[in-house]
Order: sequence, then structure tokens, then C-alpha cells
Amino acid sequence: MGAYLVRRGALMFLTLFGMSILVFVMLRLVPGNIADILFDAAGFVDATEKAKIEKELGLDQPFLVQYWRWIAGLFQGDLGMAYMSEKPALDEIAPRIPITAKLAGLTLFFSVALGVPLGVLSAVRQNTVLDYVLRVVSLSGLSLPSFWLGLLILMGFVHYFGFIPIYTEAPATWWGEVKLLALPAAAVGFRSSALLMRLTRSSMLEVLRQDYIRTARSKGAAPMAVNYKHALRNALLPVVTIIGIEAAFLAGGLIVTETVFNIPGVARFLVEAIRWRDYPIVQNLVMFIAIVVVVVNFLVDMAYVALDPRIKYDG
Amino acid sequence: MAMLDHAAELNRAGANVQGRLGTLLFLARRYPLGAAGAIIVLLFVLTALFANVIAPFDPTSTNPKASLVKPGAVHLLGADFMGRDMFSRLVHGARISLAVGVGATVLGCALGVSIGLLSGYLGGWVDLVVQRVTDVMQSLPLLVMALVMAASLGPSLRNTIIAIAIPLVPNISRVIRSSTLSLREQPFVEAARAVGMSEFRIAVRHVLPNTLAPLIVLATAQLGSAILTEASLSFLGLGVPEPHPSWGRMLSESAAEYARTAPWLVIFPGLVISLAVFGTNLMGDALRDLLDPRQRT
Repeated sequence: MGAYLVRRGALMFLTLFGMSILVFVMLRLVPGNIADILFDAAGFVDATEKAKIEKELGLDQPFLVQYWRWIAGLFQGDLGMAYMSEKPALDEIAPRIPITAKLAGLTLFFSVALGVPLGVLSAVRQNTVLDYVLRVVSLSGLSLPSFWLGLLILMGFVHYFGFIPIYTEAPATWWGEVKLLALPAAAVGFRSSALLMRLTRSSMLEVLRQDYIRTARSKGAAPMAVNYKHALRNALLPVVTIIGIEAAFLAGGLIVTETVFNIPGVARFLVEAIRWRDYPIVQNLVMFIAIVVVVVNFLVDMAYVALDPRIKYDG
Repeated sequence: MAMLDHAAELNRAGANVQGRLGTLLFLARRYPLGAAGAIIVLLFVLTALFANVIAPFDPTSTNPKASLVKPGAVHLLGADFMGRDMFSRLVHGARISLAVGVGATVLGCALGVSIGLLSGYLGGWVDLVVQRVTDVMQSLPLLVMALVMAASLGPSLRNTIIAIAIPLVPNISRVIRSSTLSLREQPFVEAARAVGMSEFRIAVRHVLPNTLAPLIVLATAQLGSAILTEASLSFLGLGVPEPHPSWGRMLSESAAEYARTAPWLVIFPGLVISLAVFGTNLMGDALRDLLDPRQRT
């Protein structure tokens, strides 16, 4: 196990290093930097002024120097200065993270609470009308763009209540915050709950076909006990993996939903920063997302060992 | 003990199915949801092909008099702020959606299959490098990767296709690699080698065709997510640029301002995106049941 952890740690580091190069190179391939965009907006180009801005931001340096500055800064907790606000990037990013984290947590709660029980139900009642309905609903959940679902929810709200619940500032009470974030969380969570439902269903069906389930049934165990005690426990194992992976990959849904609901979180901030070619924000945010994904993947693998004693990782 | 009606059982199992049409009907009866999906996809493709004939208006021509007209006899699904006919824009949008969806999926599959085959068949350091690069690409969610790609390539139809295709590659190459790894050890590969076939020929003629079933299943699934990703990118303003009528961008144009006054501008584009993706998903599910018996549920 120790050797495995060391190897795994090294691989994670290598992956993140690769990501830092990838994102850095991709951003520098972008036609035009922030200076170009600023002058574009102003409608004229002042060459000396432009050169001054580029020098100030270090954009006149060779790529390797720029890359080195960024990475060296990262290890010292210095993420550089944001171009748009001219504040330290860390001060721009850090306050936005809790908002997105809360939204993600609520989304995950919503999708597990809805997806897992319905998936089990669908499997236990396989090939009944209920199963068909649930399957079609879950497939439609995978087909609806979450930003459209968000827009529909907003429209419904405007229509019936005449106002839009807008996230302007963090509410005083945690319950108030939950209420504000509940609708956006439902809009993102519908998709993940659909995914979880399908997975739970197929995993459950897989287990229900096993010999030990037949044994349990033939010795006369109550159907409820077989379904929920013998089968469910084993069926949940792959589901846990997917919950973890979904948690890490929620970012896509969060980006569009935060845009629709005007939530000042870190996911929407990424899109704004990309539009403004705000390199310090974009590259650090992308790294942040990659770190979350890599760490969550690691935790999921560890959870697997804890849940299934048959699984062992060797050096 | 009930008697088995052998003729009926054989018919049910598809023993007496004859001809292409017969096979099609048999499959449609066996996978009704898949057939429904295939019909939706077919309609979607036909709409894209005959957009010029179907659409009553030019999707880009503006008409100040028709600004925000309600759905009615002239403008079936209403018109947007610039007076462009919604129905015509949606019909032409099918072209963009299909072009990006199919283009990105085909490009992603072509790259993914070549890389996966190479890495699985050659092994060694090639495999090692490919694996590590795949790790890096897979550490970002599809949309985030596509966003950064789209921004770095600049807005155009072609670049949107590339920006969506590249993030699809690691997934496909992983699947192709793992099926190549198991196929490589099969007796028929050894036999081909024994009769003196070159390695390249073995890989292309014997290993590649056997990866087709999982590839088709995967490609249909990717098609749906490619269409969704295009819609999201365009919604965020980093996808297909004007003047192409993209379903996703139609939503971003209308979203905030017209939600109250012109709900049809929000409802219809989202509905067609969902329907197109729903169709591909239904079809993909049936194809998986058909082609990949291990995952049958």
C-alpha cells in the first residue's frame, strides 16, 4: 500500500504538471491578449501604450519565463495579478469558491437523494410500467441542457411569483442560502440524478442475477430483505465511484447554471475570465479544477478499498 | 409444465426474419424505444438536409415589423427581436447542430481510434506516453476543456468542431486501447502472424474491425454529448458565431430580457436541443443492448 501511494502521488503530480503546460500553451495560442481587447473596445490602437501595458503585465517576456514565473508563484501561494480587476488573483478566486462549493454540495445531495432510490425502485420493478416511465424520465434528464432547465425554472418563477430569486449577497442564515441555491441545484442535479439512477438500476440488476441472491430467495428470505439487505449493499459499490466522479465533473453544469442564475461563483467567473483573456485567472482556475478532479479520483479509489475488502492495491 | 409453441418461439427469437426490411421491422418491435429514437434522429437529419426547402423564411433576414411577433399563421413559432422567423432559424439550426455533432464525433473517433489502436497494439513507451497524456486530458470536465479549446482556437464553425472533438478523444482511445489489448492475445491474431501477415495489416484488418461494436456504442453516446456541448458553448458565447443560427446561442440572446415577454424564444430552441439529444440517447441505448451483450440489463 505504501509503495502504491508513493507511485500514485507521483502520477497525480505528473498529471497536474502536464495540465499546467497544456493550459499555459493553449492560452498563449489565443489570438490577441488583454491589451488587444482593451484597444479593440477603445476603437483605436496606440502602439506605445500597448507595449507599456504588455510590459507591465509581463506579456513581453518569452513564454518560458512567463511559465516559470507562474509556476514559481504557485508554490509560494502567489497566483499573480488579475488583469481585469488588478487585484491579486487569489483574492478574486478565493471568495467565490465557497459559493460554488455550496451549490455543488447541494446539487450532489439532490442527485443522490433522487437518483439512488429511484434507480433501486426501477431495478426491483424491472419491466413494469413504473420501470419504463422512470427509464424514459432518466434518459430525458440526460438530454435536457441544464441551462435550458434553469431558464424554464426562472420563467416559471417569474410567471407565478412575479420575481426572480437573485443571489446578490450571501444571505445571513444558512437556511436562506439553501433556499436561494435550491433551484439552481435542482437544475444541475437533474442530470446527475438521471445518470445515478441509470447506474444504480443496472448495477442493481447485475447483482440481482447473482447466485447468492437466488440462494437467499430459495431459503425463504423475505423479498424486501433480499432486495434491500443482500442486493443493495453490493450494488452500491460502483454507484459510489460514479458519485465521486460526478462530484468532480459537476463543473460543466455549474458553469452554465451560474450564468443563468447570475450566481457570483467561481464557475461563471471562469467564463468571464476566458472572454477577457485574463490569463492569471483562467490558468489558475483550470489548475484548481484539475486538482479537484485528480484528488477526488484518488479519494474514490481509496473509498473503494475501504468498502470492498477484496480490492487491494499493490506497489 | 406448459407446452412450448416452437414456431412462435422461433418467430419471437427472430429466426424467420427475411430481408433488410424484415430485419428492420423485427428490431423495431424488439427495441421500440430505440426505434423511436431512430425516427427522431432521422427526422432531425432530414430537416438538416432539406432546411432550404422546409424553412419558409431566410433564417438571417431581419424584419423590423415582425419584431417579437407571437407564434401564429405567418411565423409558426414566432419571431425574435430582429424579426427573424423562429421556425426557419430552428430548421437551419439543425444543420449547425448536426454538422458540429457529427463532425466532432467523427473527428474525435478517428483520432481516438488511431491513438487507441496504436497505443494498445504497440505497447511499450508509446503506450506509456499516450496513457499519461490521456490522464492529463481526462482531468478536466468535457465542457471546461472545450471552453478553453474554443477560446484558444477562436470562434468559427470549424474551430467549434475541433474544440469539441479533442476532449472526446481520451475517452474513445481508452476504450479502443483496452479492447485492442485483449484482442491482441486472441488466437486469430496469432494465426494471422503465423501465415506471415505484417503487424500493420493485422492491426488494421483483424484487430480494428473487432473494435467496431464498442466504437459504435460509444460514438452514439458521444454524439449526444457533442450536441449538448455545442449548445452550451454557444450559449456561453464561445461557440458557433453569427450568422449561423445555433440553437444554443438563440437561448443566450433571448434568455434574460424576453423570458417574461416572449417565452417562445426560450421554449422552442431548448425543446429542439432536448429532442435531438433524446433521440440520439434512445438510439444509443438500443444499440448498446444490441451490440454489447455484456452490458445488457
